[in-house]
Amino acid sequence: MARAVTQQRKAVNTLVAWAIGVLIFFPILWTILTSFKTEAQAIADPPLFLFFDWTLENYSVVQERSDYMRFLWNSVIIAGCSTLLGIVIAVPAAWSMAFVPSKRTKDILLWMLSTKMLPAVGVLYPIYLLFIQFKLLDTRIGLVLVLMLINLPIIVWMLYTYFKEIPGEILEAARMDGATLRDEILYVLTPMALPGIASTVLLNVILAWNEAFWTLNLTAAKAGPLTAFIASYSSPEGLFYAKLSAASTMAIAPILILGWFSQKQLVRGLTFGAVK
Amino acid sequence: MGRIVLEQVAKRFGDVEVIPPLDLTIEDGEFTVFVGPSGCGKSTLLRLIAGLEDVTAGSIQIDGAEATGVPPAKRGLAMVFQSYALYPHMTVRKNIAFPLRMAKLDRQEQDRRVEQAAAVLNLTDYLDRRPGQLSGGQRQRVAIGRAIVREPAAFLFDEPLSNLDAALRVGMRLEISELHKRLETTMIYVTHDQVEAMTMADKIVVLRAGHIEQVGSPLELYREPRNLFVAGFIGSPKMNFIEGTEAAKHKAHTIGIRPEHIAVSESKGSWSGVVGVSEHLGSDTFFHIHDTGLAETITVRADGEVGFRHGDKIHMSPRTDVIHKFNESGLRIP
Repeated sequence: MARAVTQQRKAVNTLVAWAIGVLIFFPILWTILTSFKTEAQAIADPPLFLFFDWTLENYSVVQERSDYMRFLWNSVIIAGCSTLLGIVIAVPAAWSMAFVPSKRTKDILLWMLSTKMLPAVGVLYPIYLLFIQFKLLDTRIGLVLVLMLINLPIIVWMLYTYFKEIPGEILEAARMDGATLRDEILYVLTPMALPGIASTVLLNVILAWNEAFWTLNLTAAKAGPLTAFIASYSSPEGLFYAKLSAASTMAIAPILILGWFSQKQLVRGLTFGAVK
Repeated sequence: MGRIVLEQVAKRFGDVEVIPPLDLTIEDGEFTVFVGPSGCGKSTLLRLIAGLEDVTAGSIQIDGAEATGVPPAKRGLAMVFQSYALYPHMTVRKNIAFPLRMAKLDRQEQDRRVEQAAAVLNLTDYLDRRPGQLSGGQRQRVAIGRAIVREPAAFLFDEPLSNLDAALRVGMRLEISELHKRLETTMIYVTHDQVEAMTMADKIVVLRAGHIEQVGSPLELYREPRNLFVAGFIGSPKMNFIEGTEAAKHKAHTIGIRPEHIAVSESKGSWSGVVGVSEHLGSDTFFHIHDTGLAETITVRADGEVGFRHGDKIHMSPRTDVIHKFNESGLRIP
């Protein structure tokens, strides 16, 4: 690892890293900037970057036209509950796969992951019919179930990876020390896996928050989360870029802030086990 | 009390028979060492006694009570693992107290026993640290502390010293031996290191491929190895084995002579050869001698002062009273 890095090299690396960072962040930045413009400025040619009349008008219009808080609340409920439900189901699954693996464990894990490669639209029709049958259309419960199932493979896979890192001998030591299965899980495993569980929760909240395909297809007015809120501003009668941007900014702000504060945890979680 | 009896205990993993049925009795208070090359089933045997693995057949009794099928926690045994297996999120104090907490002892009794164990193991100053802040030797002591507070019927050690450096290993070896003298509790110790086995054990169980090759005190095994495997495994450097006409002179298929039982000289001796590599330990020197016409290499342990150079001609005289004789199937001929 002790490679000599010259100052010049370091400067170039920093520059490249910043360039990539700005490139990735630019669309979001542009959305945020546009949300403070008037509709005319938003489509001005050449585009205006920072020097325009900053206005909050779009936000107040958006606020008047639709009930932001209701969408936000739906998003929170759907993302939070689907993740929690997923964790409750995935923890025992991942535990048994990590600590009492069978010959088929790897196959099951791969098969679970392979469902993520299936184009979602391929199962839209059957799921839509099921939703009609069980009266789940436009309900939060329905979305919680679907998003939980969609993210379950990722949750199981991530938890499995974290649990794998916990040496089996420590659990055996606990067993020798007189711990029951409950004690073992409560006092030894969970505290040791906590960082992993935390980053799994975070990542899945973000994934569920951003999920648009199912939320748009299975909701209408009542259970729509923030994705539906944004979509309601891309109307066919003509685009209102500034208002759309304001809506988008309002929709991504909570998750952006969450991500910002938990980035350390996220990075640690995603690279867990890579470096001993 | 800790008398452990194994009757026809066998273990299979799928189609692989790791331990064919075997019988073994470990007396109360005895320091028993399971020794053998890696993969010989010694750790599996220990885990069967601990209850971490289920036996495929046979029965295990601890102090006369049937223990087969009893979960590990209920067997009254304590185990020290190779990786120490400390709880990384707990302080040393909590690590040592964990078995007491599981046994629901009251807090005062817990504290009293933890302090006592810490004093015995020189851990008093480290009680509020976490395992990550300790050295290897200290971690091993915490693991031992966690075992002794339970006052178990027997201690099980699974290669506890193999993660330590050489100097520390010798120190810990003595500490464990002293602990055994003081507690007089049954200890079962698994190692692949025959030096550990020889220096610590009251009784050594030599295992190969799940079979017990020989059971006996260290000196019994050294003096009267039952077969070629035990003869080669116990003792360092390894015993020299000679076949052919030299063996026939002793009416044996193979004879074995330990390196320390061969005298060397510049001029006289019944065997001769050319000195290859010499290993100088200071007190002793090991000569590896080639071109003897007896075996590829004959190893001799000589006094550290004896000086032969690479390529020198050397003469050897084996002590005839300590020559070990083995038949075609490798068994000892009395």
